[in-house]
Amino acid sequence: MAEKNKENVSFRNVNENPCNMCMPMGGILALKGIEQSMVIVHGSQGCSTYMRRHIAEHFNEPVDVGSSSLNEKGTIYGGEKNLRQALDNIRKVYHPALIGIVTTCLAETIGEDIERITGQYLIDKEMEEFPIVTASTPGYGGSHFEGYFFTLKRILMQLTEAAEKNNKINIIIPNISPADIREIKRMLALMEIEYVLYPDFSDTLDRPFAKPYTKMSNGGTKIADIRSMGGAVATIQMGITIEDGISPGKYLEEQFGIPLYNIAIPMGVESTDVFINTIAEITGKKVPESMKQERGRLLDGMIDSHKYNFQGRSVIFGEPEMVYGVTKICVENGVFPAVVATGSQIGRFNQLVTAAVADCPEQSKILIETDFSHILAASKEGKVNIGIGPSDGRYLTEKGDIPLVRLGFPIHDRVGGQRLLSVGYTGTMMLLDRITNTLLENKYKSYRSSMYEKFYQQG
Amino acid sequence: MAGELAESITERDEFIVTKGKNKKQLKCDTDSSAGCVSQRACVYCGARVVLNPITDAIHLVHGPIGCATYTWDIRGSLSSGAELYRNSFSTDLKEQDIIFGGAKKLAAAIDGLVEKYQAKLVFVYSTCIVGVIGDDLEAICSAASRRHNIEVIPVESSGFIGNKSAGYRAAGDALLRLIKPSESAVFKKNNSINYLGDFNLAGEAWIIHNYLQQMGVELNVTFTGDSHYTALKSAPKAKLNIIQCAGSMLYLAGKMEELYQIPYIQISFLGIEDTAASLRNIAAALGEESMILKAEELIAKETARVEDIIKGYRTKLEGKKAAIFVGGGFKAISLIKQFREIGIDVVMIGTQTGRKEEYEIMNELVDDGTVILDDANPAELEKFMMEKGANLLVGGVKERPLAYKLGIAFIDHNHDRKHPLSGFEGAVNFAEEVYSTVCSPVWKSLTALGMESGVTNHG
Ligand code: SF4
Ligand code: SF4
Repeated sequence: MAEKNKENVSFRNVNENPCNMCMPMGGILALKGIEQSMVIVHGSQGCSTYMRRHIAEHFNEPVDVGSSSLNEKGTIYGGEKNLRQALDNIRKVYHPALIGIVTTCLAETIGEDIERITGQYLIDKEMEEFPIVTASTPGYGGSHFEGYFFTLKRILMQLTEAAEKNNKINIIIPNISPADIREIKRMLALMEIEYVLYPDFSDTLDRPFAKPYTKMSNGGTKIADIRSMGGAVATIQMGITIEDGISPGKYLEEQFGIPLYNIAIPMGVESTDVFINTIAEITGKKVPESMKQERGRLLDGMIDSHKYNFQGRSVIFGEPEMVYGVTKICVENGVFPAVVATGSQIGRFNQLVTAAVADCPEQSKILIETDFSHILAASKEGKVNIGIGPSDGRYLTEKGDIPLVRLGFPIHDRVGGQRLLSVGYTGTMMLLDRITNTLLENKYKSYRSSMYEKFYQQG
Repeated sequence: MAGELAESITERDEFIVTKGKNKKQLKCDTDSSAGCVSQRACVYCGARVVLNPITDAIHLVHGPIGCATYTWDIRGSLSSGAELYRNSFSTDLKEQDIIFGGAKKLAAAIDGLVEKYQAKLVFVYSTCIVGVIGDDLEAICSAASRRHNIEVIPVESSGFIGNKSAGYRAAGDALLRLIKPSESAVFKKNNSINYLGDFNLAGEAWIIHNYLQQMGVELNVTFTGDSHYTALKSAPKAKLNIIQCAGSMLYLAGKMEELYQIPYIQISFLGIEDTAASLRNIAAALGEESMILKAEELIAKETARVEDIIKGYRTKLEGKKAAIFVGGGFKAISLIKQFREIGIDVVMIGTQTGRKEEYEIMNELVDDGTVILDDANPAELEKFMMEKGANLLVGGVKERPLAYKLGIAFIDHNHDRKHPLSGFEGAVNFAEEVYSTVCSPVWKSLTALGMESGVTNHG
C-alpha cells in the first residue's frame, strides 16, 4: 500500500484499544448517502449488528442494515442461498431503489464471489436493470476510512456512464457530519454553482421528526445524478490523504477524463480558501461579498483567541482526512499539534502532516496504524493538554487527564455528533471556539490553586 | 399510511403470535433469517457479555480489529478493584495473517500482554474467521499457559456457530475450566451462596450484596459482576447458587450442580414483587430461621420506604401501554410484573434469545391480544407498536432511535446503562425513568407548523 514511514508505524502483535473500525463500516456509511438505498452486509449477523449499533449511537437515527446472517452451513458450503434470501427480504420490506452489498472478513475468507451471485440473482429474477452495487470490504483489509472511499469508487464503477457533458461539478465528500454537509451545500449555493454532492447523508442520517414515520428516509444523492457524474466539468474531492487506488475522483478522471481537484476538507482558513478558490477557478464565478464577510469574521475571531490558543498542546486522532483538517486548524492558530495520530494505514497522510507541522517550534509525533495505548503514551510524553477526536478519546481523559473536544465519528457518549459544524469559515470558527474554550476552562479550573502551590510561601 | 406498514416476510410468521388469537407454538431459539435486519448480536458478543466483567483478566480478541473495536468498554459493569477488563485487546489480524494463520501472532500477543500487565488469567476469544482459518486455539492457549504458569483459557465464540445463546454457553464452558475443583473446594460454608447472572451494571450486584449481608447470607462470588480470579476459583465452596439472568447462566448452574453438588434456584431482583419473593426464597432454601426473619424485616423496611414513591408514579402512569423488546427471556418476564406494579399493560413483548419455557411464562402473564415475537426486526417493532398504540418501548441502543422517530417514549434496558434497576432502589429508578420519558413535556411539542395547526399568539 502506502509509502509507510516505518518509524511512525506502531508495529505490534497486539492492538491495545483500537483507534479505527473495519472496512464494511465505511461501506455502510457511504451507501447511506445514496437516495432510497439499502445495505446488506454479507457475513455473519454479529458484524452488521455491531456496526448498526455504532452508527445508531452516533446519529441517533434508526439504522436498518440487512445481514445475510451466515451460519455454520453457509460458511462451509457458501453463502449464496443466504445472500439471495437477504435480497428477497430486503426488497420485500423496504422497496429500495438500490441495494449495496458489502462483505465482511468471513465472507471474504470463504471466498464469496458476490458479483457473480448478485448477477445471477438479477438474471433469475428478470430484473437486470435493478442497481445492485457490490464492494468487497474485508474487515482485515483496512479501516472504515478506506472502506468508505473504496465503496464510493465501486458505486461509480458500477453506475456511472460516459454521460453527455453537463455543467455540474462533482463534490465528493469524506465522512463528515450531516451539519458539515449542509454547510458545504450552503456555500455551494452562495457561489451559485451546479453540483452533484456525493454521497449525501445529511438527511438520511439526520432526519427531521415528521409524521408518519417512513422506513426509508428522504434525501441522499440521486441515482440519476451518480450516473451522470461521468459528464461533469470537474471533480472536487475532499480526500487529499487517500491513495489513488481507492480514489473515486481519480477513477472519474481516468475513466471519463474529468479533471480532479483533490483537496483537504475545508477546515481552517487555508483549506477553505483552497475550496472556494478552486470553485472560482473552475467556474469563473466571483466570490460573493457575504462569503468574504464570513471569512473576515473568522480572521477576527482567530486574532481574538490567539494568545489563549498558543498555550494549547494537542493530540489529534481519528480518520486521516479529519485529522489532517484539524491539524491545519491547530497549526494556523498556534495550537501545537504534539501528537497527530490515526488508526488507519493509509497513503499520503504521513507526508502531508509532516509538511503541515514543518514550521512548528517543536517536533510533532506522527503515529499511523496506531492504537490508543500508543497515543496515550505519546501524549504524556508530549505534555499534551487538549485532545481533539472521536469519543474513544475519553480513554485519554480518564488515563491521562486530557480534556477532550469531541469531533468526528463516532461520538457515542455525548449527544449531537451529527450536529457538530466544523467546516467552512463559519464551521472553523465554531470548532476553534470549542478548542479555545476548552483550554480556558481547564486553565481557570485550577489556576488559583496552582499559582498558590507554585509561589506562595508561608511566613 | 397503511401501505407503508411492513409487508410480512413469510419465514417470519412462525416467530410471531398474538395471545388468545392463535393457538400455534411460537418458534424461537433458532438462526435469524437472512435479510431480516435482526437486532441480534453474535456468539462472541454473548460470550463477552458474560466474561467481560471479570475485572483482573486480560480479555484478548483473536481476530480482525472490528470485532474488538465495537466492543471496547461499551458495558456499564463496575469494579471495586482491577480495571484491566476495560481494555480492548485484539490480535488485529491482517490479510497476511488470514493466509498464513494467526497462531504466531496470538502467542506473541499473549506473551506481550502477560508481561505488561502481570495477569493471572487470560481469556482468548475466537471470532468468525478464526473458526475458518483453523488456528488451534486450544494448543496455543495451553502452551502459553505452561510458559507463564497462569490460566489462558480459549473461548469458542466464532460468530457463525449460532447466536448469542451459543456465546453464553461458550462463556459457561470457559468459566467451568477456570473453577475446576481444587483441594480447598470441598469444605462448604452453610450460609454461603454464589450469585449467577448479574454483571454489576451500575453497581447492581453491590445492592444485592448489601441485602444478603443484612440477612446474614454470605455472597461467595458473583458471576461475573465485579468478580476476579481468586474469588471465581472459590466458587465450589458455596452451598447454593442463585440465578438472575437465566439465559446466560442456566447452563453453568446445571453443570455446577452436577460437578460440585451445588443446587440452584432462579430468582429475579427486578421489581418489588420479584425482589421480595427472591429474598424469601433464598432464605427458605438455606433454611435458617434467623435468615427468614431477617429477610422479612428487610422486605418490610424497604417496601415501606419505596411504596409511596412508586404509588405516586403509578397514579401518573396508570393505563399507559408498553412494548418490550429485550435480550433475554428472564428480563422480559420480570418487566411484565414490574410494569404491572406501576399500572402499565404490556401490549407487545419479544426477545432476541428467549427460550421456549420463558415464552410460555410470558404468554401466561400477558393479556389477550398482546403480540409475542422472537428475534423481531425494526419493521415488525414499528408495525406492532403502532397497531397496539404503545406509549413506550423498552429496548437497547438500536431500538431507541426507532421509538423516538415514532414519537414513543423509551426505556434503556441494556448493558451500558448508568443507573441500577435491581432491588428496591432499582424499582424506584425504573418507575422514575418510565415517568421521565412517558410524561416528558417534549411530546406536547410534536405538533405541525403552519396556519392549519392554528397556533398563534392571539389564540
Ligand atoms: S466476525 Fe463474528 S465474532 Fe466478530 S463481530 Fe462478526 S459475527 Fe461477531
Ligand atoms: S473486523 Fe471483520 S469480522 Fe470483525 S466486525 Fe469487521 S467485518 Fe466483522
